[in-house]
Amino acid sequence: MSRKITRRKVLAGTAAGAALATFKFPAPAIAQAAPFKLGLLTVKTGPLAQGGIQMEQGIVTYLKEKNYKFAGRKVEFISADTGGNPAGAKTKAQELIERDNVDTIVGPLAAFELLAITDYVRQHETPLLSLAAAEDVTQRHVNPFVVRPSATSAQCMHPLGDYAAKELKYKTAITISEDFAFGYEQIAGFQRVFHDDGGKVVKKLWPPLVTPDYTPYIAQISDVDCCVNGFAGSNPVKFMKAYQAMGMKSKIPLLAGWTAMDDALLHSLGDEAIGVKSAHWYSADFESESNKRFVADMQKSYNVLPGGYSAGMYIAGMCIDAALEKSGGKAASKKAFAEELHKVSLKDSPRGPFHFDQYGNVVGTVFIRNCERKNGKLVNTVIKTYPNVSQFWTYDPKKFLSQPVYSRDYPPLKP
Amino acid sequence: MSFYLVLTVNSITFGGLLFLLSSGFSLIFGLMRIPNLTHGSLFMLGAYFGATFVGGLLGFVFNFWIAALLAAVLVAAFGAVLERLLLRQLPGQPSAQVLVTLGLSFMVADFCLMVWGGDPLSVQTPDSLVGFVRLGPLAFPLYRLAIIGIAAVVAIGLWLLLDRTRIGAMIRAGVDDPDMARVVGIRVSQLFTTVFALGAGLAAFAGIIGAPILSVYPGLDQDMLPLALVVVIIGGSGSLLGSFFGSIIIGFIYNFGQALLPELAYFVLFLPMLLVLLFKPQGLFGRFVP
Amino acid sequence: MSARIVTLVVGAVLLITLPFWMPGVYYLNVASQILFYAVFAIGLNILAGYGGLVSLGHAALFGIAAYATGYLLQHGFGHPAAILIALVVAMASTALYAVLSLRASGIGYIMITLALGEIVWGLAYRWISVTGGDNGISVHVRPEPFGIALTSASAFYYTCLIVFALSTAMIAIFVRSPLGAALKGTRDQPRRMNALGYHVWAIRFWASMLSGLLTAIAGILFVYYNQFISPQTLALTASAEVVLMVIAGGASTLFGPVVGAALVVIVKSVVSGYLTRWNFLLGAIFVAIVILMPEGLVPGTVRLWKLGWRKTIARRPKIFKAGGPPV
Repeated sequence: MSRKITRRKVLAGTAAGAALATFKFPAPAIAQAAPFKLGLLTVKTGPLAQGGIQMEQGIVTYLKEKNYKFAGRKVEFISADTGGNPAGAKTKAQELIERDNVDTIVGPLAAFELLAITDYVRQHETPLLSLAAAEDVTQRHVNPFVVRPSATSAQCMHPLGDYAAKELKYKTAITISEDFAFGYEQIAGFQRVFHDDGGKVVKKLWPPLVTPDYTPYIAQISDVDCCVNGFAGSNPVKFMKAYQAMGMKSKIPLLAGWTAMDDALLHSLGDEAIGVKSAHWYSADFESESNKRFVADMQKSYNVLPGGYSAGMYIAGMCIDAALEKSGGKAASKKAFAEELHKVSLKDSPRGPFHFDQYGNVVGTVFIRNCERKNGKLVNTVIKTYPNVSQFWTYDPKKFLSQPVYSRDYPPLKP
Repeated sequence: MSFYLVLTVNSITFGGLLFLLSSGFSLIFGLMRIPNLTHGSLFMLGAYFGATFVGGLLGFVFNFWIAALLAAVLVAAFGAVLERLLLRQLPGQPSAQVLVTLGLSFMVADFCLMVWGGDPLSVQTPDSLVGFVRLGPLAFPLYRLAIIGIAAVVAIGLWLLLDRTRIGAMIRAGVDDPDMARVVGIRVSQLFTTVFALGAGLAAFAGIIGAPILSVYPGLDQDMLPLALVVVIIGGSGSLLGSFFGSIIIGFIYNFGQALLPELAYFVLFLPMLLVLLFKPQGLFGRFVP
Repeated sequence: MSARIVTLVVGAVLLITLPFWMPGVYYLNVASQILFYAVFAIGLNILAGYGGLVSLGHAALFGIAAYATGYLLQHGFGHPAAILIALVVAMASTALYAVLSLRASGIGYIMITLALGEIVWGLAYRWISVTGGDNGISVHVRPEPFGIALTSASAFYYTCLIVFALSTAMIAIFVRSPLGAALKGTRDQPRRMNALGYHVWAIRFWASMLSGLLTAIAGILFVYYNQFISPQTLALTASAEVVLMVIAGGASTLFGPVVGAALVVIVKSVVSGYLTRWNFLLGAIFVAIVILMPEGLVPGTVRLWKLGWRKTIARRPKIFKAGGPPV
């Protein structure tokens, strides 16, 4: 083997080099052909993986339906696992924005994750469609790049309070939810409207996030017309089983927020869920064209009934698609795209018609459902719809915002 | 009045569940002085296996009790393998034991997520124990009462094993003085494998027994491990019956604490644990200081 | 020139020039994270490695410093004041932590620190008026020491690098000092040390304070990096993670904790982008370390380098307490 540099080798090398140099890379002027990069912030490991996995399923279902093309433009999808903690959310947001240069982010899952990244997302002017509640991001500390197609924590609970007082004619209630912000905000929403409609919340119970046994709390529930719960994750399963085991189910009816009776959770539940009425911004049995398609696709791809986590991301996909259509597939500046997203208003979606308010939060339908068994399976059947519900219910936004943030003690209990 | 009655009864039954949960950890810690931080994950693994058997595997729907025993045996075998391959190398090296048991817990937890997904699994109460028992004005679920019975049976069984059988004597000898025990002809390392397997099996059994109440979900291991630690510390190590009564006491602290002192709900178990560690480190009924 | 000095010099050069050869801002940020987690791990190593006291509640001390900084900033304090007061608060907390936990040693110590960590975590959730509960506290601006804005990734990186270098120097001096030697003595032979007239408790107490100082500094860097603090940072899993960093890297070695921190941060941040089952991988790596290099990655690699592969496996130290050849 000769290592000499022969003339032949030099000639061959030069020829190869020249050939390569003639290779033209696509001119940057064809910017539209550049793929639209969509990043997903979700949780795929750890206790929050339950919702996180569903989020990915939802957005992927929409992408597949659209053949990974929005407005004629190819979509490159990048999924990031935050691990369900704020530092992880920040790191993954940085990965998506700084390393992968995404055009838009969907997610994250948890409120504290959104709070950890909202400043960062605003600094880097990246539009974000959130699933997480974290009310203030569309209330007192509005982030102009964030749009929320799911709901604020209290958004569904306001109408539930109305329904409980006016239709079910309940006069008293005890509430129980986890001792964290999502719990406080949900219950506060219910309490406020329930009070305004003549009802009275007698007691508010706040078990810690990690409670192996709810019996000490259930033992405190008595002498009221209903019990309202806002549990999330896998806690609703534990709670409802204990509630039924203690014989409470037949005595005091249960009302629930969206995470407690999410359609995707139904297959983990049993008879203890029958008769529970819940308020949700999505319902699998809602009969819109897109929802029928969505539910069928989810069942085909993943053999699951979709719930809020997947629907929220599917709808986020629809919003991005619609905004891209409007701007001719260009998404020239991120700021302009964020504004375009705020203007999205769809008539046909898995949750019905919706648009966004000036703060970036969705205004859409809230469904009141009743859980029953049909053909051996548990389903949530819609029994009432409240159209065009905003995060402020029927209150004036300015007045709403001037009042203290919903918290453990606000609104205070009626004496 | 019925409020206090409910709390009292539930304290006892929750104590029973706590005993089942911590018995495995207590055994391994008490006898082998290994802080088995994989304990929570073995509990969860047993619960997942049990849930799968009860729910129907390959067309077979197992009876709840058989499923529980099967899950316990499977996880016990797994525990034996772990002990042989990994923990055997590390006597008296707490840092390495912490590293390996925590590493294993990550692996087991992620494995469960991979196989069973993120959604919680619900396990039905066994048919023989569905229903209520009337205790005066209130109705208390039968299954929860049964747990106290199961816990008592397990406690007595373990005590008999360790105190009244030859193998128990050999285990105790192997723990007190492994070298002398070997001299006398006791197969110490085999016994240790057996003890670890037994501890793992107990954890798994507790997992499936607790499943109708706790359900099975990712994160169950992280929720349960601190509880096991609290029980072992407060109840004390080295005495099984002491561990049993310690669990019941903790059941009372938990139930009454959560109900009557909601402001302190987060601290209701860890504050007593801290106080015990500071002032009575061997625990309420323990025989040695950890 | 010994291999050790060469390695140190090359390492230093690489670190100082990192922003220039690291491909992208994202990885530069990952490097910053590795550095302040390394400071955290170095802080814990004083106790867990050199002191033989494995603290499973150190995330509480880390978090207290971070929360104090965030709280003060939120209430209008300037950065220097916030940092100083936060350090004071953190040191006071460490003193209390030490007084309570040093009543025991060995497994008792592990359990007390675990309980303390859980209690502080519960406080972070419940004391909403101070901590904001699980909504946490946001830090909106990073400081501008000497007019250099730390908002840029490379400026923040150099800050972390300087802090890291100072911490490493501090520990190197500490280990070689009489106090450091006494600490190692209390780890290996507490009773003999006592008999010789050393005040074991006091030695451990001051070691805890030094550990708390470094941990607090790391916590402050953390809250400025993430610009957010919430209770998850104080959870048991966070404490366990830093213990794993120390043990996996090599307890009671100078650079073991750094390697351990790098391992965990890289798997969590970078590998997780390519592998969904990164949690499983991380656990498997820890188990592999125990099997192949039970004294940690750094001492194990040093042995590997000196002896070659086969001999390394054969000559694994059988008796390994949280110690090993000091670097």
